[in-house]
Amino acid sequence: MPVTKERIVLPDLPTGQAGFSLSPRIDQVGVEERASRFTKRSIKNEAKMNGLKLVLNMIDLTTLEGKDTDGKVKQLCYKAMHPHDAVAGIPTVAAICVYPSMVKVAKKALGDSGIKVASVATAFPSGQAPRDIKIRDTKYAVNEGADEVDMVISRGKFHAGEYNFVFDEIAAIKEACGEARLKVILETGELGTFDKVRRASDIAMLAGADFIKTSTGKIQPAATMPVTLVMLEAIRDFYYKTGKMIGMKPAGGISKSKLALHYLVMVKEVLGEDWLNNEWFRFGASSLANDVLMQIVKLETGLYQSANYFSVD
Amino acid sequence: MAVKTKKATPKKSNTIKLKFDTSWDYSPAPESKSAATINKQYDLFINGEWQKPASKKYFDTINPAKEEKLSEVADANEADVNKAVVAARNAYEKVWKKMPAKERAKYIFRIARMVQEKARELAIIESLDGGKPIRESRDFDVPTAANHFFYYAGWADKLEYAFPNRRTEPLGVAGQIIPWNFPLLMAAWKIAPALATGNTVVLKPAETTPLTALKLAEIIQEADLPPGVVNIITGAGATGAAIVNHPDVNKIAFTGSTDVGKIIQRAIAGTSKKATLELGGKAANIIFEDAPLDQAVEGVINGIFFNQGHVCCAGSRLYVQESVAKQVIRKLKDRLESLIVGDPLDKNTDIGAINSRSQLETIHKYINIGKKEGAEMYESSCRLPGKGFFCRPTLFTNVAQSNRIAQEEIFGPVLAILTFRTDDEVIEKANNSPYGLSAGVWTDKGSKIFNMTKRMRAGVVWANTFNKFDPTSPFGGYKESGFGREGGLHGLLPYLNLVN
Repeated sequence: MPVTKERIVLPDLPTGQAGFSLSPRIDQVGVEERASRFTKRSIKNEAKMNGLKLVLNMIDLTTLEGKDTDGKVKQLCYKAMHPHDAVAGIPTVAAICVYPSMVKVAKKALGDSGIKVASVATAFPSGQAPRDIKIRDTKYAVNEGADEVDMVISRGKFHAGEYNFVFDEIAAIKEACGEARLKVILETGELGTFDKVRRASDIAMLAGADFIKTSTGKIQPAATMPVTLVMLEAIRDFYYKTGKMIGMKPAGGISKSKLALHYLVMVKEVLGEDWLNNEWFRFGASSLANDVLMQIVKLETGLYQSANYFSVD
Repeated sequence: MAVKTKKATPKKSNTIKLKFDTSWDYSPAPESKSAATINKQYDLFINGEWQKPASKKYFDTINPAKEEKLSEVADANEADVNKAVVAARNAYEKVWKKMPAKERAKYIFRIARMVQEKARELAIIESLDGGKPIRESRDFDVPTAANHFFYYAGWADKLEYAFPNRRTEPLGVAGQIIPWNFPLLMAAWKIAPALATGNTVVLKPAETTPLTALKLAEIIQEADLPPGVVNIITGAGATGAAIVNHPDVNKIAFTGSTDVGKIIQRAIAGTSKKATLELGGKAANIIFEDAPLDQAVEGVINGIFFNQGHVCCAGSRLYVQESVAKQVIRKLKDRLESLIVGDPLDKNTDIGAINSRSQLETIHKYINIGKKEGAEMYESSCRLPGKGFFCRPTLFTNVAQSNRIAQEEIFGPVLAILTFRTDDEVIEKANNSPYGLSAGVWTDKGSKIFNMTKRMRAGVVWANTFNKFDPTSPFGGYKESGFGREGGLHGLLPYLNLVN
């Protein structure tokens, strides 16, 4: 279904900035240098404890496998609600991220816990399907009860320079989402340059994304700090231009607490207070949660426990 | 905590403000002082041993972040300077000049390794004595100092390849006077090429930051360098003048203010003394509309706020093309808010203490001048510690080329922002300065970079980066920023005569 022009509200942009073909240039060396500077911050004591709890609370606990079953998803949902009951005061994760066929199971398992169900859609992870199938995929997930939809962009079309196609597709999926929040996965590992990451971010935000997300987790490299920095800066510029906040979700490749805290530092210093919560920042990860729990327990007790003390699901 | 999803309505563009004072804050992360030993009192390092000053006088060196005394150091008078020069002359004639170059290299390599081994202690002392953040002394000053020793040690026995078909001769005794902004690094910049080329040294660190040079003297002593090859003496301007005026000094290497540079040049006129002078600067950092803006902003921040702006090549004049000026200034203001000002020993500090009370007064003087000149001031809203010499990172917008804050070196965390429209205009304005030490160009267009770098009258021009240093790369100025080059193969020449 083609999207008519009237439906897309282009934000009021300063002269010379209208449209995404003029996305600012990104200097790779500069971005990598800036990103590594965040890793020099020393996070200790109280800051570490608060940071770890915040990280846990921002996690989209994810299982996206062909072998996923109802049983596996139910267990994961319990883990989401009760990450580690042995220690008091541990927050829940933000959401569970599953395939559309698992949404109903997850929704039921999570009940009124407040934890969201995010569903990938649009022929995840390759996105190689006709638009009407992507729209039906999306509508199915939403009808099953998904609170959030994680879509993939058509990277092939993007590389071919068909930006309008990519834009229209995102806008169409956004419409199919209804009330559900839309996360747009750029699959930065397939885009190749930071210039392209920035352009794809701008397209996604202009087309109606509520979140932009780095990766599916199926392609290497997945999320990196420099790529996330480029996207955070795109979000900041968009916010200044339009007054609209966009969320950020790095996904894949973040499995250690220390790295997650470095991401938090980056969010704090690029976007500040308003983004330091799970409404506007998420980690897409499966194994990060247990490492965070292990560090929290270490801070509480002074001792590292073996991985056997933390449930895998 | 569950996800909140209030229906967010877009804000009006002019009410938008990002909040960098966040609920999640960094806890203090101070580097431990216990890894550093500072003596109560330091004598003069002359002829391989610690000698009491003939003046019998000592002066205090303080921690500018706490205004507390750290130690006291000897005040060398003319007689002490003479003693040091005589020791250097003897060492030159009897030992150093005759020593095979590869043996000289071994000593310099040894010093380099020992600087690395004592890196943590040197970094702590550098931050205590000078006020610079530990992140910088740990990640920049000390490693770069070690690299300079390594680099020039490598040249010592290869001078015939540096200057093919020429025979080289050392000059003799080099008198070296260094500033307070990079105390250890400047000592390395001076000592390493002098030793590699076969000269002996009398070095005087700045009076506010003598401690790491004295630690280096301990390293040199421990490295068993022949007595008198390096002499390190402390004192203020009078001591420096005595070195400059000593008849048996063959070469003066000075880094510091343009005023003192002029005095030195007058003093050595009519003598056979050679000189290199590395003086002040007022670097232009130029952002074109096609630049990678976020990276340019980061480069501008590093260019002016690195080491509290106490950098002779600091990018203190920012020229922004008018079409992106608003955006760049907004980004700079946001970035300013996320800079952490405070205890130099805290690992998260971005901007430490101003080096001395008198420098802080100079900076305040210029901030007041800027306000009177009608420029618009913006400073970070950060809290400053109650004690010590601190200054908020500051920007001036609406600055005119004729303003003093755009013409004179402030040597502090104060950036003057000007706008331009065309390439020719900005080149003319950038070169319209008595200084010419460094410059920066930010553009995505390769051809523009070459055009700009060719036409800028500055010793170093950085493209899409700023304040990058490497021992292999020469550094030095045009015009009132001095002459002679330090670093790289070029840095050997000021310490040599080429014969044949």
